[in-house]
Formats: sequence, C-alpha cells, structure tokens
Amino acid sequence: MSKLLAKEKDIVVPGEILAEGMDNLPGYGTYRVNDNILAGRLGLVSIEGRAIKLIPLSGRYIPQKFDTIIGKVDDITLFGWRINTNSAYSAVLPMKDATSEYIEKGADLTKYYDLGDYVVCKIVNVTSQKLVDVAMRGPGLKKLQGGRIIEVNANKVPRIIGKAGSMVSMIKEATNCQIVVGQNGLVWIDGEPEMELITVNTIRKIEEGSHLTGLTDKIKEYLEKETGKKLEIRSVK
Amino acid sequence: MAYKKRAENRGFEETRPIEAKVGVIARADGSAYFKIGNTAAYAAVYGPRNLYPRFLQNPQKGILRCNYNMMPFSGTGERVRPGNSRRGREISLVTEKALLPVLDLEEFPNSVVDVFIELPQTAAGSRCAGICAASMALADAGLAMKDLVCAVSVGKVDDKLVVDLDSSEESYEEGNVADIPVAMLPNSEQITLLQMDGKVTKDELKKVLELAKKACKKIYEIQKDALKNKYAVEKVL
Repeated sequence: MSKLLAKEKDIVVPGEILAEGMDNLPGYGTYRVNDNILAGRLGLVSIEGRAIKLIPLSGRYIPQKFDTIIGKVDDITLFGWRINTNSAYSAVLPMKDATSEYIEKGADLTKYYDLGDYVVCKIVNVTSQKLVDVAMRGPGLKKLQGGRIIEVNANKVPRIIGKAGSMVSMIKEATNCQIVVGQNGLVWIDGEPEMELITVNTIRKIEEGSHLTGLTDKIKEYLEKETGKKLEIRSVK
Repeated sequence: MAYKKRAENRGFEETRPIEAKVGVIARADGSAYFKIGNTAAYAAVYGPRNLYPRFLQNPQKGILRCNYNMMPFSGTGERVRPGNSRRGREISLVTEKALLPVLDLEEFPNSVVDVFIELPQTAAGSRCAGICAASMALADAGLAMKDLVCAVSVGKVDDKLVVDLDSSEESYEEGNVADIPVAMLPNSEQITLLQMDGKVTKDELKKVLELAKKACKKIYEIQKDALKNKYAVEKVL
C-alpha cells in the first residue's frame, strides 16, 4: 500500500518521510530509503504527478548555466576580468566575450570595466569543479551605472520576477525605476531616490511573503498605497 | 546512600525544559538558538563560500568547519578564558564529526561551510546543545542533509540512570558519575557522537542509550517545530 504523507506546499525538514511505498518517485531535494521517500533538505513540497520534489526556501546561490546574474568586478587578469558572483565561486569574463567593441592588444582594461563595477552577465559554462565562465555579448548585458544594488535571497528571485515578469514590470510601472534582477540574488535599482526606496521596501515584502498565494495582489495594493497610482497586473512576454 | 531526587522535581528520564528558535542571526545564511535548562547555544552557518588558504581546499567536495566557543561570562561566574583552548578544539572537532554524516557537500568542491557555535550560558550538556543548534542552522541554510542531528547527554548518577545531566549532577560527589554525550540521527537511529566520562557496565550502557534514543526523538520534534515556525505562513504583509 502506498501512501502520500506530505501535502502540496507543506514545509518539510531534512529526514521527514514524504511518502511510503513505491508508487511515488523521488525528485529534487528528496531521496529514497527502502520503501520511503524522505526530504533531503528544508523546502516546500511540490507534487507533480507521481514525482515529489522540494522547492528550496533558503541557501546560497549556486552558479548555473544560462543564468543571467549581476556580478562585481573583483580582479583584472591578462585575459579578462574576474567576476564575483555572490556565491562560493567566482567567474571569468574573457576579453573576447566582454564587449562588442574591439579591444586592442595591451589596452587598459579598466577603461571597459573597472574594479568594483557591477555588470549584468550571462553564465555560459559551469564545470564539475565549478569553474564559471560568463559572457557579456547579448541583449541586456551591460555595465551598470548609477543606481543601487541590494541583495536578496536567491531562492526568492522567481517570485520577484513573477509569472512572465508580471511582478517586476508592475514595480517598474509604479515607481518608474529601472530594475535588473540577477538570478544570483543581486538586484539593481535606478530611479528617483524616493521611488528607489519604495522599490527596495516592495522587494523586501516580496521576499518575506514569497510562499503566499495571491502575493501579486497584495503587492499591488501596497504599491498603490505608496505611490498613489492605479495599477494593473499584466504579464509581459 | 542513593540518588533519590533531581533538582526541580525532574524525572530521571526527563530532559530539562527546551527552547528552540531558527533564524536568529539575520546576516548568517542559517542560524539557530537552542536552550536546554540553563545551557544555551547560538549557531550561525555561513556558506558554502570560498575557502582560503588554498591548501585546505578539497576538489572532491566541500569541507565543514566548526567552531565551539564558550563566552567569557558563560560559566559558573568564574571568567572563562576567551580564545582557543584544548577543550574547545576537541569539542569543535567532535561536533564536526557528529554533523558531517548527514551533510552532502559534494556539490560544493573547493568551498567551505563554516559553523560558529557560541554559548552565552552553560550548565552541563553544552556540546549537545551546540550540536542541536548547529544542525538546525545547517538546515536553515538550505544545505542538502539526510536528516537532522539531535544530541543529549545521558549517564549514571550514583545508582540511577539519568537523561540530560545538569551541572550539579555532573559534579555529584557522594557517588560515581558517568556522563555520556550522545548525538543521533532521529530517523535512522544511527549514532554520530558517543563519548564517556566515568564508568558504566555494558548492560547499563545499552539501557542508557535506549533512554537517549527516546530523548532525541523528543528533541527532534522540537527542532522540527522551530524550523517550520520560521517559514510558517502567518507572517503576512
């Protein structure tokens, strides 16, 4: 007899038994011992058909291929730049992938990206030893000028962006701020100082309430109260 | 002459009152507080983060580094000399060995997970309190873990087998005392820490380990509740 012990959206801790019997399959964050499926980390239960997986709620960012992140220039080498990815591993930005401009031999690389600059870049490769390569050729990949950087829990980034970007575009509309959300949990905000502050507070609220249903509506209410604008929730393709 | 009654009318198989809380240190990746009787422990987890000096790095998997520290004012009133001590280093090491079997750090080669355990108040059983707090903090930090780790000290005071010795029992002078700190994985019932001060017979050890098992299951429920409480849905906008 198989039995499902965990419900959808339950918060489970390591070692908790999620299901008994062989009818269910262990997904991400779970493991099987004999007939039981157990939680392998702290997370939110998500059941998809027969598979049980856990959605992480906390933890540091782990670099993943094709993620768009915000990184900080940490060092300049002979071949390019070393980028701090807000994780345990730093990334290499080789000169040939850094800009669409032609960089002359022996050029002063600080002219392009100086130490301490923040850049939006895309992870192109991650090896088994977690050597990370990033590139900055592509739409939206640029050096960030002005504005401010805040750090959020990297696991909450999907909620800050919202379904098809609905949440972040709503904040942009309400505050007239430019916002870039990196998968690694760094967020860049640029706009009027008061509006920047409202944006920061809104993002903190999303972070706190990220596991709630109907979050977009609550955030909409909050933004309307703070900015006095009438807003509409719509998804952007 | 026999040991008849424990302080505060506690039963021989009863632990002191326990309090547990998760997420007490905002800037840490994971943190927890665990108090049993008058022994209190804070644990903060940082990482996985990059590890220097480089010769400590392990390209196969991440390493765990524990640090156990009693605060200067934490003891009986006599100042505990701050800084490294032989005892502190030993306890750091056994804590590490008690926690490592549940952790899966293979995803983080060349990196480190740091665990800092600070004790503001101690009255026996501090390494056990430290391990309990550290295992909650590791789960809070979102690391892949097979199970939580629960720890309690058991032993024998004069002729009685007891659970969770307090400081007066540890220094009981009218008879023999055995103090046996045990750390256990509550689901698989595997033991990850077993030390002993004093003398017990083989049969007594078996009996007392059964008592430890029961106490650990009770502690596990408290740890579980504390972890779930942090992520409970009540904290709404």
